[in-house]
Amino acid sequence: MSEKSGISSKYRKVAYYPGCALEGTGHAYNRSTKAVGKALGLDLVELKNWNCCGAMEVKNIDPKLQTFLSARNLEIAEEMGFATVMAPCNGCYHNLKKAEYDLAHDPATRETVEMLSAKAGDVAYQPGHVSTIHALDWIREAIGEEGLRARVRNSLKGLKIANYYGCMYTRPRHIFPEKDQGPGSESTNAPHFMDDLLAAAGAENVEYPLKTACCGGAHTLSDSDTSTRLVLNLLTTAEACGADVIATECPTCHSGLELHQARAAKVFGTVTHVKILYFTQLLGMALGLSARRVGVHENLSDARDLLRARGLG
Amino acid sequence: MSPLARADTIAAMPEAALAEQAVPLAQALLEASESVLEDWLRGHGQVPGSGEIEGFRLLALHRQAARGTPSFNACRESCRELIFQCNMARVSDDTAARARRLRLAAMVARHLALFVAGKLENAGLGEFCCSARDLRGRDEGLASGTMEGKHG
Repeated sequence: MSEKSGISSKYRKVAYYPGCALEGTGHAYNRSTKAVGKALGLDLVELKNWNCCGAMEVKNIDPKLQTFLSARNLEIAEEMGFATVMAPCNGCYHNLKKAEYDLAHDPATRETVEMLSAKAGDVAYQPGHVSTIHALDWIREAIGEEGLRARVRNSLKGLKIANYYGCMYTRPRHIFPEKDQGPGSESTNAPHFMDDLLAAAGAENVEYPLKTACCGGAHTLSDSDTSTRLVLNLLTTAEACGADVIATECPTCHSGLELHQARAAKVFGTVTHVKILYFTQLLGMALGLSARRVGVHENLSDARDLLRARGLG
Repeated sequence: MSPLARADTIAAMPEAALAEQAVPLAQALLEASESVLEDWLRGHGQVPGSGEIEGFRLLALHRQAARGTPSFNACRESCRELIFQCNMARVSDDTAARARRLRLAAMVARHLALFVAGKLENAGLGEFCCSARDLRGRDEGLASGTMEGKHG
């Protein structure tokens, strides 16, 4: 399947669903994902006229309407001629995967989506036509760890990283049938794709026992103290593990860690120093891109001094 | 001492003390975490079971708590990780490694206690994300999760 360039033809060019967070608080993730893709010779084609995946606002009130919204994005990908859509946000990735699962397993959901599609004048998406992947899958499958290692121009050597995957990348397990399939597949108990990619870029991954633990993200506004306590424990544990940086792969996790790091200092008086960076920002710098190019200056967690001291960016 | 205070105390102990008492401290962390899940079960009108899964009561209690409440799987990995770190602390010959494992175990135990305490106050914690369920649908008596009539 691999071409001479070492890039998998299946993932060289995929449909791109950034989702709304990547146009707002997660802008640096959008920027760094696109920059890494370009540096690796991969093509991302943004879905035309995409809509919200239903996120948590719609899903919490009417899950079948959320399924319709996610399914519409899958249908757009299909109409554009793609069999694969890449969603870097854990929430979007999760919702598209859930839509796929529900459409394949629940006739009532299928019926609602068909009805809403007809009302909207859209073709209803049929399950099984488009596969949703995460940015981690995309880079790992398209380039591979060896391919990435060969392209590293500025090793992350000496940088100690705790990889935080959050919850929606692996839970609930039944909507991710491709995971837990043995060697080479992602694990829902102990995910490792981000660890693998950053290790290939030269980083030293620390053992982090809370890589999928709850950050209280969905309740960050309604119950801020619970979120702050949970995030503070994620941060202090990363520091106890010796991490300089927590790598993230979701804009919601990323903002939650950054905002509650600041809130923990203000409300509980507990200051933590670990930096928070998107894994795509770290990979981008390893590929020789500047810190600015991958949007490090857009992060609330200011890692610029640390990166300069390590000769990165 | 509350489970959270127990975890905090163990996390703050000096390396030598952790390494010297690794076996009883690991047991104390497991028991403190079991009591967290017992509180959850009692708070939901259930009698905590005495069974074990893979030799650990903590896993059996978690399974009991998660039955019918899939969002409780948000702390499944924390339970398994806690057991892993405690096992490693018990079997390691290296003083520094024993202490490090126990400290990590204490931090995982702290997370479990914080999560369950948060969920006792706010039942929706983990519901939307970890179980992919809607928060409001069931509150409004919409068993199917669909707002009947809205789509017609």
